[in-house]
Amino acid sequence: MSSTSHVDTAAAAQDGATAPARRRRRGVRRLSLRDRIVVGVLLGIPLLLDLAFVWFPAIGTALLSFTKWNGVGSLHTQTCKPNLPSILNNGCWYGVQNYHQAATIYPAFWPAVRHNLIWLAVFVLIATPLGMLFAVLIDRGIRGSRMYQSILFLPVMLSLALVGIIWEFMYSQNYGLINTVIGRTGDSNAIDWLGNPHLNLWSVLVEATWRQSGYVMVLYLAGLKAVDPTLREAATVDGANAWQTFWRVIFPVMRPINIVVMVVTVIESLRAFDLVYITNKGINGLELLSVLVTSNIVGETQRVGFGSALGVVLLIISLVPISVFLYQTFRREEAS
Amino acid sequence: MSDVETSGTGTGSGPSPSRRNLLRGAAGAAGLAAVSGGLLTACSSSDSSDKKSGGSGGSGSVAGSTVTFGSNYSDPAAKTAFAALTTAATASSKVKVTINTVDHNTFQDNITSYLQGTPDDLFTWFAGYRMQYFAAQGLAQPLDDVWEKIGGNFGPAAKQLSTGLDGHQYLVPLYNYPWVVFYNKSEFAKHHYTVPTTWDEYVALAKQMKTDGLIPIAFADKDGWPALGTFDILNMRINGYDYHTKLLTHKIPWTDAGVATVFQHWAELLPYMQSGANGRIWQDAAKTLETKKAGMMFQGTNQVAAQYVTDKADLDDLDFFTFPSINPKWGQDYMDAPTDGFMLSKKAKNTDAAKAVLEYIGSGPAEAEYLKTDQWDVGLANGLQVPSYNAIQKKSVAEIGKCKAVAQFMDRDSDPAMATAMIAILQKFIDDPSTGNIAKLQKSAEQQAKAIYTS
Repeated sequence: MSSTSHVDTAAAAQDGATAPARRRRRGVRRLSLRDRIVVGVLLGIPLLLDLAFVWFPAIGTALLSFTKWNGVGSLHTQTCKPNLPSILNNGCWYGVQNYHQAATIYPAFWPAVRHNLIWLAVFVLIATPLGMLFAVLIDRGIRGSRMYQSILFLPVMLSLALVGIIWEFMYSQNYGLINTVIGRTGDSNAIDWLGNPHLNLWSVLVEATWRQSGYVMVLYLAGLKAVDPTLREAATVDGANAWQTFWRVIFPVMRPINIVVMVVTVIESLRAFDLVYITNKGINGLELLSVLVTSNIVGETQRVGFGSALGVVLLIISLVPISVFLYQTFRREEAS
Repeated sequence: MSDVETSGTGTGSGPSPSRRNLLRGAAGAAGLAAVSGGLLTACSSSDSSDKKSGGSGGSGSVAGSTVTFGSNYSDPAAKTAFAALTTAATASSKVKVTINTVDHNTFQDNITSYLQGTPDDLFTWFAGYRMQYFAAQGLAQPLDDVWEKIGGNFGPAAKQLSTGLDGHQYLVPLYNYPWVVFYNKSEFAKHHYTVPTTWDEYVALAKQMKTDGLIPIAFADKDGWPALGTFDILNMRINGYDYHTKLLTHKIPWTDAGVATVFQHWAELLPYMQSGANGRIWQDAAKTLETKKAGMMFQGTNQVAAQYVTDKADLDDLDFFTFPSINPKWGQDYMDAPTDGFMLSKKAKNTDAAKAVLEYIGSGPAEAEYLKTDQWDVGLANGLQVPSYNAIQKKSVAEIGKCKAVAQFMDRDSDPAMATAMIAILQKFIDDPSTGNIAKLQKSAEQQAKAIYTS
């Protein structure tokens, strides 16, 4: 189809320019000094940046996670002495104690892991399909579709911190919009949307979905606009209904967009932080690993080692979807 | 680290420098000797250069030099009062003071990196273990010579609150405020309530208020820390001050039976406290008291009375009583009265001038100057006469004076990491005050205390 014809013309253009191509090929074998410098700089700068801003902090965090350190003074290699006040036991080698404490006596750890997984599930199972639905509906050109598109996209333009504050006005127990509308602002019957630990995660997930589905919608709209209209026509001619046309024809064609959306969804759910931090600093039912890392590392007294251990756990969890994605992508490239 | 400095967005009254101006000011002060590259010296965060410039700046004359002051007095009223205080300090000591205001919470969150980076010469901080913790890490300078001059202005309790674990003074206090039970006089008169002095009377009053259709005790804990105050007062009333401080520094285990008694009393009171506390900010709880939907509220004057002022509510109608006695052995001998003050950072660039400012601040007139604008805190200086004191402040002075000891607050009397752990634990208790849950929470508190204090 159109893509193959592109390739053909490109090949033809190459044939037409064999002479300069040969010269170029010889140039590749014998790089001049200037070329080598250019290549070195162009590869070296990203490599340095990658080392400095990705690998160094990641490895540093992993190392710090085996120490006990409150952020003051320097680290040393001695092992921490048991039964000493923590103020005297600073910057020492702590082994896997941080991990052990996190998994056994830190009450926020397992809820945080669970909430991170719930967050991921809600984004994958609710926010993304919802965004897709919006996109399809708007793409069908319903009346006022531009207006709907703007309304749904509006929250995406707000920072999550702002989204959190906007929803505080909705959820506030005694003065909030929702409780006022349903007449439950009294003291005994008010619904404690953000304070009840069985309720607040879901309340915050509504906020997050409100924003995320608009984001997904825009991505899918872009994808739908790029679908060749002749495909639709062909499907209609073959007698497919709207449902069949979408799932059998349009959806498979949008494969690249689907992959982008999946990656965005996973990333957004793993970096969830702002909303719960604005709401109640991520305590009492809103624990997330990212918040626990922050609350241990940023703060008046810092438990840098402990917070780093939590960060490493978050890294390992993030590596799972990333590895799956990379494995899939590279396998496809090899196959093609 | 730079967060602390750059987020100091100043509006309104006080002088509020940008980071650049601030650094230039600091460089001006420090760079008298270092003529070339003064700005660079001030920017550099390395120890040696800071010390060098601090030394050279310090040897110059104090008058006319500039001191930078990192302030967390970010609320408008406190900010105005603080600006008045520093203006008076400049008039008295001839030292120019540049204030660098940072949002209260941000200031606290960044304090460790702030003090290790390029801190201001002076900074606002809190008394108690929290001050001792930072002093013990070598992030503050001892102020013994300042205390030699201002010591006569304060009683032994204030000096004790300013003393670090090594016996040196590290803080110059400014004010404190009591944690007490607030009520509206008109509301008590209307229902013919009387002020309770014992636990039974208190519970009976709460019960009566509930029958009268009031929320007996306004309560909020969305921010986490307000509930710590309730734990503090119950523990001091039931187990006494010594037990309380030992518990908070983990010399008594959290699984102790005394702690269980505290939780049991609280569980008895909880049905009369405003429900859904974990989702409410304390300002909203104070509003239910203001609008007379609630009968009482236990919190600091620094919050409740200040909120009345902010909301332009009827401050004259507000009154308080100290928390009723539970264990007759202790009566009403203790309370939380957190003290705020000022410290000198280790990396201060202009030590002598900063000490001159502190000497002025540690005086009665300075406290009176600050309290002109502030209608809820009270000064600590001996025999302090403040004509602007209202009824709440006068009563605060009297009630704090009656105490045999004052605690600071859980997050000031213990390792802040432990206070953070207790915030989560108390919220879980508020959700489920059953006996089984209390035992579980005590065990969790003890495990975390062990990890934080001893291992």
